[in-house]
Amino acid sequence: MEKMIVAMQDPDMGMKLRNQRLLITVIPHAMTGHDIIIWLIHKYSVCEEEALHLGGMLVKYGYIYPLKEPRSLVLQPDESPYRFQTPYFWTSTRWPASELDYAIYLAKKNIRKQGELMEYEKERYSLLHKKINHTWDFVVMQAREQLRASKQRRKADRIVLECQEQAYWLINRPPGGPNSLQRGPGLVRGKLAINCCDLPSFLKYSEQYQNHDPIMQGCLPSNPWISDDTAHWTMNTEMVPVPTRLRVERWSFSFMELLNDAMGRQEFMLYLEKEFSAENLYFWQACEEIRHGESSKIVEKVEEVYKNFLAPGAARWVNIDSKTMDKTLEGIKQPHRFVLDDAQMHIYFLMKKDSYPRYLKSDLYKNMLAKAIVPQETKKSVFPFMRRQRHSSPSPAQAVAQATEEEGRHKGAG
Amino acid sequence: MRSPLSPEMATQEVPLNETLAHLKTESETLKLKLEEERAKLHDVELHQVAEKVEGLGQFVMKTRRTLKGHGNKVLCMDWCKDKRRIVSSSQDGKVIVWDAFTTNKEHAVTMPCTWVMACAYAPSGCAVACGGLDNKCSVYPLSLDKNENLAAKKKSVAMHTNYLSACSFTNSDMQILTSSGDGTCALWDVESGQLLQSFHGHAADVLCLDLAPSETGNTFVSGGCDKKANVWDMRSGQCIQSFETHESDINSVRYYPSGDAFASGSDDATCRLYDLRADREVAIYSKESIIFGVSSVDFSLSGRLLFGGYNDYTINVWDVLKGTRVSILFGHENRVSTLRVSPDGTAFCTGSWDHTLRIWA
Repeated sequence: MEKMIVAMQDPDMGMKLRNQRLLITVIPHAMTGHDIIIWLIHKYSVCEEEALHLGGMLVKYGYIYPLKEPRSLVLQPDESPYRFQTPYFWTSTRWPASELDYAIYLAKKNIRKQGELMEYEKERYSLLHKKINHTWDFVVMQAREQLRASKQRRKADRIVLECQEQAYWLINRPPGGPNSLQRGPGLVRGKLAINCCDLPSFLKYSEQYQNHDPIMQGCLPSNPWISDDTAHWTMNTEMVPVPTRLRVERWSFSFMELLNDAMGRQEFMLYLEKEFSAENLYFWQACEEIRHGESSKIVEKVEEVYKNFLAPGAARWVNIDSKTMDKTLEGIKQPHRFVLDDAQMHIYFLMKKDSYPRYLKSDLYKNMLAKAIVPQETKKSVFPFMRRQRHSSPSPAQAVAQATEEEGRHKGAG
Repeated sequence: MRSPLSPEMATQEVPLNETLAHLKTESETLKLKLEEERAKLHDVELHQVAEKVEGLGQFVMKTRRTLKGHGNKVLCMDWCKDKRRIVSSSQDGKVIVWDAFTTNKEHAVTMPCTWVMACAYAPSGCAVACGGLDNKCSVYPLSLDKNENLAAKKKSVAMHTNYLSACSFTNSDMQILTSSGDGTCALWDVESGQLLQSFHGHAADVLCLDLAPSETGNTFVSGGCDKKANVWDMRSGQCIQSFETHESDINSVRYYPSGDAFASGSDDATCRLYDLRADREVAIYSKESIIFGVSSVDFSLSGRLLFGGYNDYTINVWDVLKGTRVSILFGHENRVSTLRVSPDGTAFCTGSWDHTLRIWA
């Protein structure tokens, strides 16, 4: 399906997108249902019935969503406007839609317009409220914050984003019960339960990571344990001039993957600097250091964080909602290891929802992906009895010892 | 646990026992009710959902390195973040740091006690932690000076009232999480040795633990002799979820790479997968021909494979999704006591009572 969607969006041979009117707002890059059918008929030389069916599938799986009646996931062969769903929300790339995310989405809807939640959504909302009650403050805060951020956007953009999100959740939390996009008739449909057994997420995860699993698929150029060649490790050290393709691809799997990779984090920081929101990542890193650092340094580190990020007029002031800010400022009067947790989570989710998806669409990321290397596979040696010499590597302890030694020398000299 | 009864309490003993018995039956009925409710919500198993998934072909995995040097049973091992170094501990009190790729020993420490049941590599690669029958967890900074006695710089961090069964550094070198035969887990500040949080809830020895790879990074799971696997909140010390479907001691717990589930290995010869969102067991990995206990489990990088080290000297490789056994590996000459997949998933290492460690790929 995705190949088809990409073809549809081709600037030359693809669909003609134009601005559609939705009530009084103009939505950019939309198309009519009629246009979709015609394009499919021409491109694949099928009859109208088949094109209607095919288009219907695209809508059902969430690759195209309707602007007028978002709940009705069907393709109308008339002037009804449709849009392409952003790849960030494709069912294939976005695995486990978490309970937390869903709760935030429902909370947003509820706040935006009281009574806008459908019956099944109301049920789920109260079930979620019971289930993740301990983080409910956070959910409401996040929802308010996201609504505030979206109000600052142009109306057309806002409508588009709302439609995208709504379409995504209609697919992932359909009214009838757990993911109704199941393949295979053998699946037993359980009752509507908020303890949503998202078992398909295991399948998706394993599939997504299969190429990255050396034991399953091997690794390039070769597995060092089998070939005695450490090239694979050399190419994947923490900081390399050019990373491998698999590594850069992995950054798009989840925000956590990007942050866990030192190079990924560095690239993301570059992107944020361009967007003038690097303070968020700096803040998050500072909070991490407090959470996992020595107990003795907590007080001074929290002071530093206050000076640099939270104080009015701070050099790297972070934009947190007033409730969290008040709570945090109150808390740091008695600093402890977890005092910045709320603020940190807030900024984390802000980056995850806003900057991260935009980074993945940016030229910075796309260029990195394009120039990433795909190593050549080295075939096993012809003479099996000739074993390569196994070279030792510098111990991590040595690297640090040298660094501290140098530090000492500098201090002595200065 | 028996407390000495004074003569006055003897007269009160009968009603006390009755109340206890009554409470016990009540708790059993409640447990059954809970299981029934859980079952009602959803009785789909993972392998049913995975029916259409392509099966895995033949798996050829061999021993690529054998590390010889311990003088007695190897009890525990851990990988260094550099993907090739490991630390291992054994019954004779020795803790050895190896470059598994070249099989060279790089450091060796002799602990003042025997049965060093737990060891862990620090994230920075500059220290190791270990402990066992001494009821403590100590941290040794790794010095490169060949003449320096590592034991001299030893730092005692954790103190339990019974043996140390497992230990793990959290995201940094500054905190250690421990589990003990005294039935508790604890979080410690390495620098000061201060107890940051303790976790009470197991009714017997805690044998294993694993930290969650989640975004918010605040939970871990532990398994014990009470057949329970508990999920804990590190901040509050609360037990937030509990699973009790094994029929014997849980020797090993390991999170699924996404953090949404964890696997456990037990003396009841099965491995099981528990889904944290669904709050129940979703898969059992067992075979009639496997009758010996599982000592240690770990996932391959993608989570598709689950490796289990067994007390019958073998390693069984399971297809996590389909629930079938993909492969059985022979090589060790005694129990497999510990098993970990390397940080980049290129291999896994096993330690055994046959005094050796093996790297498989």
